[in-house]
Amino acid sequence: MIPVFFGATLLVYFLVFATPGDPIAALSGGKPMAPAVEAALRAQYNLDQPFWIQYLLYLKSLVTFDLGTTFSGQPVADVIGRAFPVTARLAVMALAIEAVFGIAFGVFAGLRKGKAFDSTVLILSLLVIAVPTFVLGFVLQFVVGVKLGWAKPTVGAGAPWGDLILPALVLGLVSFAYVLRLTRTSIIENKNADYVRTATAKGLSRRRVVTVHILRNSLIPVVTFLGADLGGLMGGAIVTEGIFNVPGIGLLLFNAILKGETPTVVAVVSVLVLVFVIANLIVDMLYAWLDPRIRYV
Amino acid sequence: MRFNRASKALVLSAALALTLSACGGGDETASPEGGGDASKVISANTTEPENGLLPANTNEVGGGRVMDLIFTGLVSYDVKGAAVNELAESITSSDSTTYTIKIKADQKFSNGEAITAKSFVDAWNFGAAAKNAQKNSYFFESIKGYDKVSAEGATTDTMEGLKVVDDSSFTVTLAQAESDFPLRLGYTAFYPLPEAAFKDPAAFGQNPVGNGPYKVAEGGWQHNVSIKLVPNESYDGPRKAANAGIDFKVYNTYDAAYQDLLANNLDVIDLIPPSSLANYQTDLGDRWVNQPYAGNATLTLPSYLKEYQGEAGQLRRQAISMSIDREQIIEKIFFGGKQIAKDFTSPVLDGYSDSIPGNEVLTFNPEKAKELWAQADAMDPWPAGKVFTVTSNIDGAGNKEYIEAMTNQISNTLGIKAELNAVPTFKEMRTLVSAKKLTGGSRAGWQADYPSLYNFLGPLYGTGAGSNDGDYSSAALDKKLKEGLSATSVEEGNKIFNEAQEILLKDLPVVPLWYQAVQGGWSENVANVEFGWNGVPLYYAITGK
Repeated sequence: MIPVFFGATLLVYFLVFATPGDPIAALSGGKPMAPAVEAALRAQYNLDQPFWIQYLLYLKSLVTFDLGTTFSGQPVADVIGRAFPVTARLAVMALAIEAVFGIAFGVFAGLRKGKAFDSTVLILSLLVIAVPTFVLGFVLQFVVGVKLGWAKPTVGAGAPWGDLILPALVLGLVSFAYVLRLTRTSIIENKNADYVRTATAKGLSRRRVVTVHILRNSLIPVVTFLGADLGGLMGGAIVTEGIFNVPGIGLLLFNAILKGETPTVVAVVSVLVLVFVIANLIVDMLYAWLDPRIRYV
Repeated sequence: MRFNRASKALVLSAALALTLSACGGGDETASPEGGGDASKVISANTTEPENGLLPANTNEVGGGRVMDLIFTGLVSYDVKGAAVNELAESITSSDSTTYTIKIKADQKFSNGEAITAKSFVDAWNFGAAAKNAQKNSYFFESIKGYDKVSAEGATTDTMEGLKVVDDSSFTVTLAQAESDFPLRLGYTAFYPLPEAAFKDPAAFGQNPVGNGPYKVAEGGWQHNVSIKLVPNESYDGPRKAANAGIDFKVYNTYDAAYQDLLANNLDVIDLIPPSSLANYQTDLGDRWVNQPYAGNATLTLPSYLKEYQGEAGQLRRQAISMSIDREQIIEKIFFGGKQIAKDFTSPVLDGYSDSIPGNEVLTFNPEKAKELWAQADAMDPWPAGKVFTVTSNIDGAGNKEYIEAMTNQISNTLGIKAELNAVPTFKEMRTLVSAKKLTGGSRAGWQADYPSLYNFLGPLYGTGAGSNDGDYSSAALDKKLKEGLSATSVEEGNKIFNEAQEILLKDLPVVPLWYQAVQGGWSENVANVEFGWNGVPLYYAITGK
């Protein structure tokens, strides 16, 4: 864990350091800046130091839980503290949408393999996968938000749950198609398994056979996917956050990279690394619950 | 300059602009008497200010528009860009070097503190002093003593040119005569500050206390989300609030803001995104504006490159200018708008002239261009296979498209290879430009800080001037600029500045392309929307329907 952390921060710090262009030059916006002012700003962000000193100074302040400040003078911790809950809410909603609908549709499609429902769902999900997120986002925003007026086209101050439904839908739709297909395939594989036949032969109700015997055993690949997806939803929602103007982690990271704001980039990436690690931990625990055999290995 | 990273792609149609400024509903002074609901809170788009809200540290549009509403200076600019006295009772000078400034009596900050001569002198000294590292510090460079306080490791932090006479008056002595100094005093950097600002500037920047028509609501600045302003009851000036407040909403893209505008979820937008330029007029009915503002776009041809030096270089620059079909680019890429540049300044300024001798060099003339290029080649041949490049960042929308069109035109006319040299970010572009490492032309432009011809000339083309990115130097121009500055009246100065432009039109240190225009729109819920000389909506005059 510790070496991973140092490795990750060092790498990210170096990557931002290595991007071409001088962040201070951009701060002046093309106007002259008094040399003394420029020197003072450079010193304030340690940009006048060589790379190793910069990184060590960063680590030093990190030890005292100081994540540094942005170019606008705000503590990075505060900035992340504001953006993180918004993105977390968005990601959880998107995850809920893709999990609930993906698994439900996947189960029905899998159980009715080759029937009209199954084929329709397969074709529709292919369509969803094929359409890029930004197209989906703009279309939904325009139709639902502007033309029909059912929801606000962008997310309002405080990012209330209601405003996040539309972006969460867009964010969740693509993964929804994958979840559906994974569930369907898995169900098809398992529904003819011996233990399912045994369960049916024992006279268990159809509902119990499907939910407990088939579904539970089919969920392992789905849960793996969902776990990895949570990390992706947290960090990779730049496009969706941009379209719906969600003040979240994705846009924060994107803007910080453009500006060359190293402390923000490193801190956000570290948070995302943590999210991935925790998501994977939860997935591992779910494996054990879904398939008790894993516990004994 | 207030800068905006999403470099603006703009359209202009002069005839429509005229009709529309009348459509705004308000009269020219944009007074609330135009009727409308004064109890409405107006929502408007903005970007997150890049700094704490301190006058001398705010140099971009996101912070600038807020600053201009929560502060007021000695003068402010009306819708046409004319300077009108706000806090100043009078600004007088007999020699354009020493100014005596009298302040109106009984003016207060929104915390009740009185505004005195000291509020100005302290604020300006604070802004100029090197130790405070304020980004706009160079705005005080005309004041005597600036060089001492702005030097690295400066031991003094008061400029000798500023003297408090009594509570209501002070004198400003400049290092040299500058006739347009009074025009500058409405710019953000020159606002006064209350005592609290100097004790803890960082904290003050988060919770600024000003003296303008608005104040920041309690806890009104939610970073990256919104800034809420409420009317400042103690303000009594020409820009009194005609609404119950302004909610600035932070947008990361103009596309998102535009969708909100269409859904009436946002009241005013100050820029139509490039993707909607083709259709915004039909989308918005009569709720849009398209008018020039004090900004232009140019192409810098650096004087530090060998191919643009000497007589051959001059001919080359003229040839390049004449091989650009500005009209075609404006029509095809900016959807029939913008305004062809006829000089180096902007048509919204006092003293502007569209008939400066020599400005035919800005007209598309392929025959003449070829001829001049051949003459230049005869003196100093253009290396075989050398590519003419135009450097531009492409993270701002609209840059790539017009530069590619322009380089194609140059290539077609002059028969040389020409192409866009794309740089990913604004940051990298600025690094190249300020390190003087350009290998060809580069995209440039200017947005006025204050409405004056000199602001478009001195800082850009004076020898060694701060924004003279191409290292242009001409003794004749320097002389004219100095002469214009020491003129005793603004009018006389303008005449001389236009003569200075004749020199520029011959030398073409940059090739003027077009004047910028603002395209903005508003929702069905508001009225009395007007845009000012600098392209910023007059937020204080907007009312509900």
